[in-house]
Amino acid sequence: MNSFKALIAASTVLGTVGLAQATDLEVTHWWTSGGEAAAVAELAKAFDATGNKWIDGAIAGGGNTARPVFISRITGGDPMGATQFNHGRQAEELVQAGLMRDFTELAEKEGWKNFIRPVSLLDGCTVDGKVYCVPINIHSWQWLWLSHKAFADAGVPVPKNWDEFVAAAPALEKAGKIPLAMGGQAWQRTGAFNVLIPAIAGKETYLKVYQDKDEAAAAGPEIAKVFKAADDARRMAAKSNVQDWNQATNLVITGQAGGQIMGDWAQGEFQVAGQVAGKDYSCLPGLGVNELISVGGDAFYFPKLKDPDKTAAQEVLASVMLSPETQVAFNLKKGSVPVRGDVDLNAANDCMKKGLEILAKGNTMPDPPRLNTEDTNNQLNDLFVEFFATPSMTPEEAQKRYAEIIANAD
Amino acid sequence: MANEAPGRPNSLFRNLNAKIASIPMIFTALVVFVGGTVWTVVYSFTNSRLLPRLQFVGLDQYDRLWATPRWIASIQNLLIYGSLSLVFSLTIGFLLAALLDQKIRFENTFRTIILYPFALSFIVTGLVWQWLLNPDFGVQHFVRSLGWESFTFNPLYNQSIVIYGILIAGLWQGTGLVMCLMLAGLRGIDEDIWKAARVDGIPMWKTYLFIVIPMMRPVFVTTLVIIASGIVRVYDLVVAQTSGGPGHASEVPAKYVYDYMFSAQNLGQGFAASTMMLLTVMIVVVPWAYLEFGGRNKRG
Repeated sequence: MNSFKALIAASTVLGTVGLAQATDLEVTHWWTSGGEAAAVAELAKAFDATGNKWIDGAIAGGGNTARPVFISRITGGDPMGATQFNHGRQAEELVQAGLMRDFTELAEKEGWKNFIRPVSLLDGCTVDGKVYCVPINIHSWQWLWLSHKAFADAGVPVPKNWDEFVAAAPALEKAGKIPLAMGGQAWQRTGAFNVLIPAIAGKETYLKVYQDKDEAAAAGPEIAKVFKAADDARRMAAKSNVQDWNQATNLVITGQAGGQIMGDWAQGEFQVAGQVAGKDYSCLPGLGVNELISVGGDAFYFPKLKDPDKTAAQEVLASVMLSPETQVAFNLKKGSVPVRGDVDLNAANDCMKKGLEILAKGNTMPDPPRLNTEDTNNQLNDLFVEFFATPSMTPEEAQKRYAEIIANAD
Repeated sequence: MANEAPGRPNSLFRNLNAKIASIPMIFTALVVFVGGTVWTVVYSFTNSRLLPRLQFVGLDQYDRLWATPRWIASIQNLLIYGSLSLVFSLTIGFLLAALLDQKIRFENTFRTIILYPFALSFIVTGLVWQWLLNPDFGVQHFVRSLGWESFTFNPLYNQSIVIYGILIAGLWQGTGLVMCLMLAGLRGIDEDIWKAARVDGIPMWKTYLFIVIPMMRPVFVTTLVIIASGIVRVYDLVVAQTSGGPGHASEVPAKYVYDYMFSAQNLGQGFAASTMMLLTVMIVVVPWAYLEFGGRNKRG
């Protein structure tokens, strides 16, 4: 009976006229900024079109606030229909404890392996050979967003890479601009640093530190250079006293700040503000130094539910999320890259095309949530929050603690 | 439970109804409070991550805890916040109560006004004071707009004084309650004592200091326990006002516990930190409880 329903449900998505009954499914996520909300609305629209009902469970305040809520709901016996995580190690233990639903069957039937690209994305969802989540987008962190207006006001050309940006900082300051906008939340501080690593020290060092947890590399001269750059960033961001990332992006959009290091989700904000890539703002992947992007992103996990109707609806939702139309509609609004290699992306703008090109060349690396446990990430957050807020903390001192965290990580 | 008067023979069946009625509470106390505490302490010796698991790692979690700069900063902040909060809320609360006790007019109005902040949650208090202390539209902005251009009052964005910014909000919220408790205590002092003191020609401040305050000991003890428990668990105020920043300058232990248990998915580390918090409370409370109740319950 159960699989019969699932079959009917799946057939709806495949285009035939379906009979699936309307089921409410609560979906929790932390997408609340303007661009993000617009993207979620696309998902909800597509899911509602299958005759089911998307109950939106957005939690504001970013992943660090939302994840504990998701987890305590799942472990506390009040699971939602589906929930967002960054795939990788965040939900690792929930999967191991058998609280999440196994989607291997559906994945094989629909041939996820054949169209999800890069395949490593699906690996992030796979535990012991079984698929537990649906990757929905590809996000990369390694972008520097620059405001053309700010540089025009300061009378300097828009920089082409990080070094030029640092050199332009005094001119920006003279014109009353904040050179680098950076929100005060911990993940943004750590994120910016993690972007500086591959840009300044290269992919090798990045992998040595985060994948192999090589203490010597973390204490070595390459990372020392990164800390020097972080010191520059700290000086440039000293006057930026906003908290949320989209407030910081807004400083760039309005030309009050020169630039921001932020993932490609910032793109959505520029789009909502009606700005045009290449004319109003520029984006430099890999900070313009090392065109290398990390492949991470968001994925949806489906907790095990008792209600058979909801279980069927979960499968519908999973298929809808991966359908070509939804992928394009969602990702264009979100500013991210679709997980399917076979969709038409003519509507993509300049920055997105740059990202697609790098992706096609295979200049990618796994992102920190895939490599580090949340415990390690939190320790890094603690370190960088202190580093960026304390001008008296020397880069050497910070590096010593950084190396200790890496040495103790697992 | 212990409602038999001292000196009478202890009988299991005396006040049977009351004893049966208190069984649910005894059960809750044993299972939820004591049981939960023991469970937490046990799991603080494991390497539990997102979900609790019994793999003992000895004192590793504690070693890591005490090697973490953020935890040390949290403890220091709690010490500063705690001692100042204790001293100031007791002093200010008592002074306000003594002033209200002078048979002034509109006493009810004043009492209500001063007690009102206590009706607000810490989150609201924190947000209100975050705005008041914000340099761009709070107190500093107001004074500057009056013409004092160089006026600077910016505690929440200065690492070395941010904890005092939180202290101000905490005092604003909590002093009213202390005042009311003190006022009740003052009202409990017999009029005759005042008359006797006046006949003997003892000045008012001396009467307060040497006669009234010692007589109010039980009220002080109650107040102390209420304030102290509030201090140890201070969390929401900090989250609303500064979220621990700038840097770690206003971190508190309860926030460390929450962050490591839930956000960092490291239950072991969070349990270790909360066990340390429990230990701190025990160090303060156990000797006090012993002095307070230990002697009295002995049947002579």
